[in-house]
Amino acid sequence: MSDIESLAQQEYKYGFVTEIEEDRAPPGLDESTVRLISQKKNEPQWLLDWRLKALRRFLQMLETEQEPTWAKVDYPKIDYQKIVYYSAPVQKKQLESLDEVDPELLRTYDKLGISLLEQKRLTGVAVDAVFDSVSVATTFKDELQKQGIIFCSFSEAVLEHPELVRKYLGSVVPYSDNFFACLNSAVFSDGSFAYIPKGVRCPMELSTYFRINSAGTGQFERTLLVADESAYVSYLEGCTAPMRDENQLHAAVVELVALDDAQIKYATVQNWYPGDENGVGGIYNFVTKRGACRGRRSKISWTQVETGSAITWKYPSCILQGDDSVGEFYSVAMTARRQQADTGTKMLHIGRNTKSTIISKGISAGHGQQSYRGLVRIGPKAKGARNYSQCDSLLLGDECGAHTFPYLEVKNASATVEHEATTSKIGEDQLFYCRQRGISEEDAVSMIVNGFCKEVLRELPMEFAVEAQNLLGLSLEGSVG
Amino acid sequence: MSAASKAAVLEIRDLHASAGGNEILKGIDLTLDAGEVHAIMGPNGSGKSTLANVLAGHPSVEVTRGSVVYDGKDLLKLAPEERACAGLFLAFQYPVEIPGVTNSYFLKASLNAVRRHRGEEELDAMDFLTLVRDKMKLAEIDEKFLHRAINEGFSGGEKKRNEILQLALLEPRLAILDETDSGLDIDALRIVADGVNRLRGPDRAMLVITHYQRLLEYIVPDRVHVLAEGRVVTSGGKELALELDKKGYGWLEVEPAQGSAG
Repeated sequence: MSDIESLAQQEYKYGFVTEIEEDRAPPGLDESTVRLISQKKNEPQWLLDWRLKALRRFLQMLETEQEPTWAKVDYPKIDYQKIVYYSAPVQKKQLESLDEVDPELLRTYDKLGISLLEQKRLTGVAVDAVFDSVSVATTFKDELQKQGIIFCSFSEAVLEHPELVRKYLGSVVPYSDNFFACLNSAVFSDGSFAYIPKGVRCPMELSTYFRINSAGTGQFERTLLVADESAYVSYLEGCTAPMRDENQLHAAVVELVALDDAQIKYATVQNWYPGDENGVGGIYNFVTKRGACRGRRSKISWTQVETGSAITWKYPSCILQGDDSVGEFYSVAMTARRQQADTGTKMLHIGRNTKSTIISKGISAGHGQQSYRGLVRIGPKAKGARNYSQCDSLLLGDECGAHTFPYLEVKNASATVEHEATTSKIGEDQLFYCRQRGISEEDAVSMIVNGFCKEVLRELPMEFAVEAQNLLGLSLEGSVG
Repeated sequence: MSAASKAAVLEIRDLHASAGGNEILKGIDLTLDAGEVHAIMGPNGSGKSTLANVLAGHPSVEVTRGSVVYDGKDLLKLAPEERACAGLFLAFQYPVEIPGVTNSYFLKASLNAVRRHRGEEELDAMDFLTLVRDKMKLAEIDEKFLHRAINEGFSGGEKKRNEILQLALLEPRLAILDETDSGLDIDALRIVADGVNRLRGPDRAMLVITHYQRLLEYIVPDRVHVLAEGRVVTSGGKELALELDKKGYGWLEVEPAQGSAG
């Protein structure tokens, strides 16, 4: 296998830095940090109080060393007092339209392939662009509003739709849920908010594009999507960051709520800077994502393509509360260089006849290490619940690793639970077969990897499926030959 | 005897090769001219498949001595994909499965890689489909196989027919068939052999590797070479295959010198 041992030395093409005037908080975390963020955003008292509660809890957890250590990832202790918790590009005045966005920012998103202006004309995707700690632009807002759909930055939602935010914020991921979610609850700065009213099928993809730019900062965004009865929305997020020698923390929280007969499809293409081949730099991606299928026959699907970040700690989960509700998790995680990922899902079956599907595809190359960690819990009242889990790992080379940690708790005898797991190597024989048919080694690896991920990639919206395929190929560039 | 005036497609001289530290080929000499079909026979472990792998450039086999000239070029200097693009085709004894990659995607990628190399225009989806449908008839493969993952869940016979389909599609200069008959029932054997026979032509050379004479009843070779312990111990016309069938391989190993002379 010597041909495919020296892996993934590809250029990270999003590694540039935008020179822009910043409004930064001093590093460190205490009450004044939280008050500053809240004040910058003109937040109501109830939200400040909520943040402060979270802060107190977090500091307590920090003091008693409750940072989770159970994940199979290894990193030096984070000094939470050295992080800058708020950094925003300086905006001269309130923006009336996209034309007023700083051209430097527009150019940044252009370089990332997300043209905020052209987006309007070209594709049916509405974009909320989050730059460091704040949302800098949201496209298609007015058109969506005509159907009663709210899609805006989280900060704006707090001011414009406080009743909705107050009702749902923390209702799926409470502020005290876990160490990183608690930190996020105290210092979250922006993110996206969407509300799809009763019976409305959102006519376009909603998406948020996250960009970390500033050095020494953490990004703590919060996304909240609510699909009211019989509503439908497909949402996707993308993420990139500059190449830096330091590690940067990204601790986001995403909450989804689906009421009766509602459906939410949530897709992520995560391409944070992964660090270099020696494991220097890269983003720590410690994220809590959870969806509540509150209503009967509601459905939440998570699809993720995780190719970036130095470390990923992420378990998009579904609480299947409503009878006949459905949860799905489709994941492709790729770890190359010295990347580490501990990722998976939790499917909590509470209602009757609830159904969940887990398809996890892990690809390890170079010195990459990854673990699938998944919990399927069938509660005592979840009569007729069904789960199907499939976890496949593909190894490229001899120095990477793949691990599977499935947890299963069944408290109702009528449940059906199936689990399948496979581990395979890209065989020399598969590669040779392709090459004997004239296909170059790199194209062959990319073809085999994409074939391996097919069940997940086909869940992505069309435009992003292509991007994801390219990304998988790109992440393996230079991995052979 | 092949006429000296014909163009040699393949000239193997004193070829030695090892795999996993063991020398398996111990000095092979063989010349194959355009338009000819040669059979390589021999007992298990004689080096037949290793020879096929060396010619196709399998990374697990190391050439330690000798030369292989293919259409005037030093074959051993080329990467496997370059050999394929130059028209060398190996029908695998054990075609591999590639989950999630459809046969049609693979065939199109392969055909277009070869066409690019030949300086021909790549085929778009429509033209490709027209062509591949035509070739599928030749290999008697149902169209539904286009949409299935490469060789995944194919029966032994289906896999071999899929190899013949690729052979027909890529129209190589030199086709090497590595035990294409193994594991086939008589009907599948006939289909495969018919497919191969229809692809015989004045510009194409074929090397048919087989353990049994049975295949050679259907694909009648111009020459038969018998391999034993990494060497060609005897060569002859198609009747040599029949003789082997009657006597088995045992007599060759006892009297290799006589065999060569005969």
